[in-house]
Amino acid sequence: MSEHRKPNTEHRNWQPKIIAFLCNWCSYAGADLAGVSRIQYPPNIRVIRVPCSGRINPIFVLKCLQNGFDGVLVSGCYPGDCHYISGNYYARRKFAILKTLLEFIGIEPGRVQFSWVSAGEGEKFAQVVKKVTDDVKKLGPAKRFVKRV
Amino acid sequence: MMRSLENELKECARKLLTEKKVDLIIGYSKSPLPLRSTPCFIREEKDVDSLIFDLTCSNNLATYLQKSKCAEHRKPNTDPTVRMENRCKIGIIAKACDARSIVQLILEKQVKKEDITVIGIACTGILDLKKVSDRLNGKEILNYNPQDDEVLFEGKDFKKALKLSDILCDSCKTCLNPDPSVYDSFIGEPVSGAKTEKQEPMTELENLSFGERWEYFEHEISKCIRCYACRNACPLCYCEECVVDRTNPQWFGKSTEFSDTFTFHITRMLDTAGRCVGCGACIRACPTHVDLAPLGIKIEKEIKERFGYTAGLSLDATPPMATFNEDDKEEFIM
Repeated sequence: MSEHRKPNTEHRNWQPKIIAFLCNWCSYAGADLAGVSRIQYPPNIRVIRVPCSGRINPIFVLKCLQNGFDGVLVSGCYPGDCHYISGNYYARRKFAILKTLLEFIGIEPGRVQFSWVSAGEGEKFAQVVKKVTDDVKKLGPAKRFVKRV
Repeated sequence: MMRSLENELKECARKLLTEKKVDLIIGYSKSPLPLRSTPCFIREEKDVDSLIFDLTCSNNLATYLQKSKCAEHRKPNTDPTVRMENRCKIGIIAKACDARSIVQLILEKQVKKEDITVIGIACTGILDLKKVSDRLNGKEILNYNPQDDEVLFEGKDFKKALKLSDILCDSCKTCLNPDPSVYDSFIGEPVSGAKTEKQEPMTELENLSFGERWEYFEHEISKCIRCYACRNACPLCYCEECVVDRTNPQWFGKSTEFSDTFTFHITRMLDTAGRCVGCGACIRACPTHVDLAPLGIKIEKEIKERFGYTAGLSLDATPPMATFNEDDKEEFIM
């Protein structure tokens, strides 16, 4: 935990720490496929597997930012493909409000991103991670929301 | 005019109690402090005369449907037979915003529609005590006297009239639905809906850059002392155990460290998304005058734009966060 809290800003080769919440049934399998297919993507993400994108409480995202992660990626099944039929539809509504509010209070749009990645989309998963990493690198280390201890 | 409104109100309350239509009336009575009123709970006819209604009736009474003793029999851990016996019928005096909160509580199955008798009341707005105090340089007010569009304040060695439009709450000045959305009886004349645009005070903040907005909120939220008055005043913050009080897991630090405080406020706003009726009770309850309004207004606006819903207007609606539409916009998802 403590190593997340103090991003090494002076270091020239600063690498962002990004947390990725992946749903068990699609995005996690997509990430697995990317690995099995040996598709290269940036090593900056730390994965947390969740049963469904509907499992993700907005507090999770806030806590990640607070604890010093530079970016958050949330990924689930495409609408209509949810293993639990409708989990991602509810999640989509939550995410829309969360995203709006975070941008409103001044968290840059690139820091918290959302995607749909299916189990067969190893290539897309790699692209998503690359995009998020590039965006967060451009923004630099997160400072605004980080807990000052 | 105010007097006759009060008489009508007392009459209505008395009738409800005598005819045993309700066991309890929740209303306002005079407070020992000038410019204040206090919520009162009336069970007997003889106490009806203490009811008042004026510019100082700022509490959202819907809060007490949940948080008073009369709410206790509804707790799930009590024996259901006991619950039925103790079920008390409540008459509640409701301004437009209180009525909207009651609608939300009914929709969320927190109170039963048949247990509640709503006495809707015409409301033209209530005083913002901070605005009054700022304009009188904090001098102690001993008496006040509302006239047409002015209020005369009297203190020890001063007398000053202030324009009503300068000292009403922001949420009242921009109120789009000034008449109660549901009521069993209505006191006074309906207020016409011609008011200023609700989102007006917000546009300024929305046009700022990310950095400037962050600075604004950093300044505002830093004032918070974590007393939770906002949560306690909110009619829709009724969870038996609030997430901020939990210790296992402990989601929020207990100090006034900035990120913890802000996370709490954001979480509260997200929890009330699509349910908040914009009554402004949290803002009036705040002892340090944290400007929480923009967060609430922003969410309200987004919910209206995306899901076409305004909280508290209809008993037939489905709360937006408890449902979905397959065609919801998802432009922000990769």
